[in-house]
Amino acid sequence: MVSRTAAHVLLQESVPVVEPAAADGVFTLLWLIIALPALGSAILLVGGRRTDPWGHLLGCATVAASFLVSLVAFVALLGRDAEDRSVQQHLFTWIDVFGFQVDAGLLLDPLSALFLLLVTGVGGLIHVYSIGYMATDPRRRRFFGYLNLFVAAMLVLVLADSYLGIFLGWEGVGLASYLLIGFFQHKPSAAVAAKKAFVVNRVGDIGMALGVMLLFATFGTTAIPAISRVSAEASDGVLTALGLLLLLAACGKSAQFPLQSWLLDAMEGPTPVSALIHAATMVTAGVYLIIRSNFIYENAPVAQTAVVVVGAVTLLWGAAIGCAKDDIKKVLAGSTMSQIGYMMLAAGLGVAGYAFAIFHLLTHGFFKANMFLGAGSVMHAMDDDVDMRHYGALRKALPVTFLTFAMGYLAIIGFPGFSGFWSKDKIIETAFDQNLYAGLAALLGAGITAFYMTRLMILTFLSEKRWAAEVHPHESPATMTVPLVVLAALSVLGGVLLLGDWITEWLTPVVGSEEHGELPLPAIVYTLIVVAVVVVGVAAAVLLVARRDIPREQPQQVSLATRFARNDLYGDRLNEALLMRPGDSVVRSMADFDDRFVDGAVDGSGIAAAGMSNTFRRVQTGYVRSYALSLFAGALLVVAALLAVNLA
Amino acid sequence: MIGFWILAPVMVAAALGVLFARKAVHAALLLAVVMIGLAIMYAIQDAPFLFAVQIIVYTGAILMLFLFVLMLVGVDASDSVVETIRRQRVLSILVGVLFGVVLALGVAQVSVGAVTGLDGAQPEGNVPALAQLLFSRYVFAFEATSALLITAAIGAMVLAHRERVEPKVGQPERAAQRMREYAEHGRSLTPMPTPGVFARHNAVDTPALLPDGTAAEGSVSRVLVARGTIRSAPGLVDDVAVVSGSVGGREETTSGVKPAEAGGGPSGPIAGDPSSLRPDDETIDEQGLGDQRRGDRG
Amino acid sequence: MSATPFLVLSAILFTIGCVGVLTRRNAIVVFMSVELMLNAANLALVTFARVHGNLDGQIAAFFVMVVAAAEVVVGLAIIMTIFRTRRSASVDDASLLKY
Repeated sequence: MVSRTAAHVLLQESVPVVEPAAADGVFTLLWLIIALPALGSAILLVGGRRTDPWGHLLGCATVAASFLVSLVAFVALLGRDAEDRSVQQHLFTWIDVFGFQVDAGLLLDPLSALFLLLVTGVGGLIHVYSIGYMATDPRRRRFFGYLNLFVAAMLVLVLADSYLGIFLGWEGVGLASYLLIGFFQHKPSAAVAAKKAFVVNRVGDIGMALGVMLLFATFGTTAIPAISRVSAEASDGVLTALGLLLLLAACGKSAQFPLQSWLLDAMEGPTPVSALIHAATMVTAGVYLIIRSNFIYENAPVAQTAVVVVGAVTLLWGAAIGCAKDDIKKVLAGSTMSQIGYMMLAAGLGVAGYAFAIFHLLTHGFFKANMFLGAGSVMHAMDDDVDMRHYGALRKALPVTFLTFAMGYLAIIGFPGFSGFWSKDKIIETAFDQNLYAGLAALLGAGITAFYMTRLMILTFLSEKRWAAEVHPHESPATMTVPLVVLAALSVLGGVLLLGDWITEWLTPVVGSEEHGELPLPAIVYTLIVVAVVVVGVAAAVLLVARRDIPREQPQQVSLATRFARNDLYGDRLNEALLMRPGDSVVRSMADFDDRFVDGAVDGSGIAAAGMSNTFRRVQTGYVRSYALSLFAGALLVVAALLAVNLA
Repeated sequence: MIGFWILAPVMVAAALGVLFARKAVHAALLLAVVMIGLAIMYAIQDAPFLFAVQIIVYTGAILMLFLFVLMLVGVDASDSVVETIRRQRVLSILVGVLFGVVLALGVAQVSVGAVTGLDGAQPEGNVPALAQLLFSRYVFAFEATSALLITAAIGAMVLAHRERVEPKVGQPERAAQRMREYAEHGRSLTPMPTPGVFARHNAVDTPALLPDGTAAEGSVSRVLVARGTIRSAPGLVDDVAVVSGSVGGREETTSGVKPAEAGGGPSGPIAGDPSSLRPDDETIDEQGLGDQRRGDRG
Repeated sequence: MSATPFLVLSAILFTIGCVGVLTRRNAIVVFMSVELMLNAANLALVTFARVHGNLDGQIAAFFVMVVAAAEVVVGLAIIMTIFRTRRSASVDDASLLKY
């Protein structure tokens, strides 16, 4: 951050070094957290059809057990002093080649503990929900295998004690994401979406891979504790490069600008997948990575600024997309991009924002999973129709879904008292504290969020009914509504984490703490401003949507801005024009070059040799007299040479 | 010295003759001239032993072998003048001339030093001196050449030997073959008539006449047929006419057939009166002269 | 008497032999040309024996004759065999071993 460069030196000391203690007692069970879902996945995927009858139960059981172990570890961590809340478990030596040793180890600290609870807790609820949602799908057992695989990979990602371990989990969740987006593989759109997600993620993964390599080249290790001790010694250029590479990785995984394009297409996957992977957990991996690497970013202000810019741009970008979409899942996807933009923004703000980024990450995990699952419930009721223009007045048909969704709605727009209010308000406040423009962007984003979420509520649950005659909306089974209720409760009550600044203090051992700077205005004024902006957003939605007729078909005569937003702000076109087409032509011309020149040279030499052989083989006439002639001519040359030498 | 200058042009001319002779026999004979010339050259150069060996081995043995093989292969076989390999002849002559000129000029230019002469090397004469060398220093090479000669002799025998691949055909087989041919192709069971039978001539180039007056083509040697030196059946028409004429003139023309017709339709009087084909001695002589003339014309 | 005329004669005969090998197609005549070349070489050997005043050249010529005799025997036998199978003594007819 430009305005904070003066305080840079001071900040370095506020970044704590990761100094874990060896695991003992209950912490020796850490490996079980990963092993359980991994085992479940292996059984379900290898076991085949024999596991069909009970596969979904096993999938839920492993994640639930994993959640229990996580909870026990969390409680055990709570019981320790703040300084000791970092535990490392060495499992085995993973790679040991000359000069390069990587140990497979687990690192449990306040940050990863929170993630463990989020991943296994929300993940477990979504597993339970999936039992009902996928009940009629013949490939449900495989679906649970993939879900378990995802959970295992995500747990590897958050528990790994080295960047190489993070990379392993990073690729694992990428694979699981690919498999799950393309789960309805019979649909070409799903297959294409899966491929797109994979390819775009690959761009980010290049950043991750290069980052890991640069880390090793610079520090000689990829272990997080070791690097955190010596990170300040590296040169500014290296640290900036590291920061930017890891930011690129985060952009890919978290669907941040400019690698945001895959997330909207990823909604082709089953709705629990959208809730689990593309809202609550995987897409937050980028935020986790940046906060986990806080010791790098604190020493690389340029990279931090880049994080803030990316966060701010994506925040508005996603919000703009969310305003124009009629597909309920795509609105939520745009909203997810936008909310993760908030987290990135906060993560880029440095020590002041880390804790709030995580806080928002948790609350967002609750309310966005809640809303995605609610959307899935609505689709379930509407025969898998996702167009909100075909909904309307569903509050009576789906009371539980409506109520839980409303909780999520109030949370996301930041209705005072709900979880989103606390987390978002803190981010906006911190943003204003650090940089006026970042603050304004966050504030504007809050208003737009209020607008499009209100529009979604009006189109789906309020207004008059627009659904077709043959559709008979009905409430979902208990396996689906119970997770909704739990998540709704969490959405409402998530704010308690902030009570007495608990989360800030909890995370202090990891991210450090900073004295709150003097705000130009009292904090309550910011809160009021935010609430006012949200009210304006809601009012605008009510005026523009609720007071007008809602056509069943999407109107085509719309403003330029709407058209822009409907086309995802032409992000795909931009990628295509800037990357795909030039890359395509480069590859084409290289292939052409290969065909013409390389192959030409190779083939040409072959043809030349063949031609020469063809010419010279004519010398072999088979006539002994012509051979004798050659012999004789040779003798002539020898004699002439002898004479020339002798007479000269 | 004079001997050399007389012989050398002869030898070169003979050698060129080997080069240009169309018939291989001529080439062999010209080669003999060169060989003998060479023998004399050896004699001039104090090598009487080689002189003798050259005459005996080359002219006597090797060239005779050449001639022998030429007889087997065909004395007449002469090379075609047309060159089959493109530019071979032109290039050969070009390279040959160049080579000869370069070699001859080179040898003429290089001074080989003063001629020592062999008087010191062979005090007891050429043959004892050669024998001395041959059975002392070169004895191993000498023995080796004897082995070589044996090998060559055996090799030549092996190469010339022909394995019999089918059973030997004896008199019974030939008789059976003859009967089979008679049965299948109607070939005559009896031996072919010898040339000249019933003809005005008994020369080998005159086909025999069958009882009906036609010529028996098979009675003349195939070689003569191939050469074209045979008196064909149509050429005998006159003879038949003359014979019938002479027979008719002396014994009345009871048959009433003109000699000209007799040639065209040989089934007539001659067949009917075989005795008329037995001519007098005089007429034979007369007609023989006439035939001689006709043969010269043809 | 000088040795040079003999050597020149030898060279000329050798060359004629060479050209004979190259231009004649009758295998027997080709063989004769080879013999001509051998004899030309013999002449040079005998001449050099006289020039150097020792008999080694004559011995060499003698061996050449023996070898030539052996060669002729085998060579003519080969020609006979080929003639027997192919009814031809032309060296050009045996030209199957080619490109």
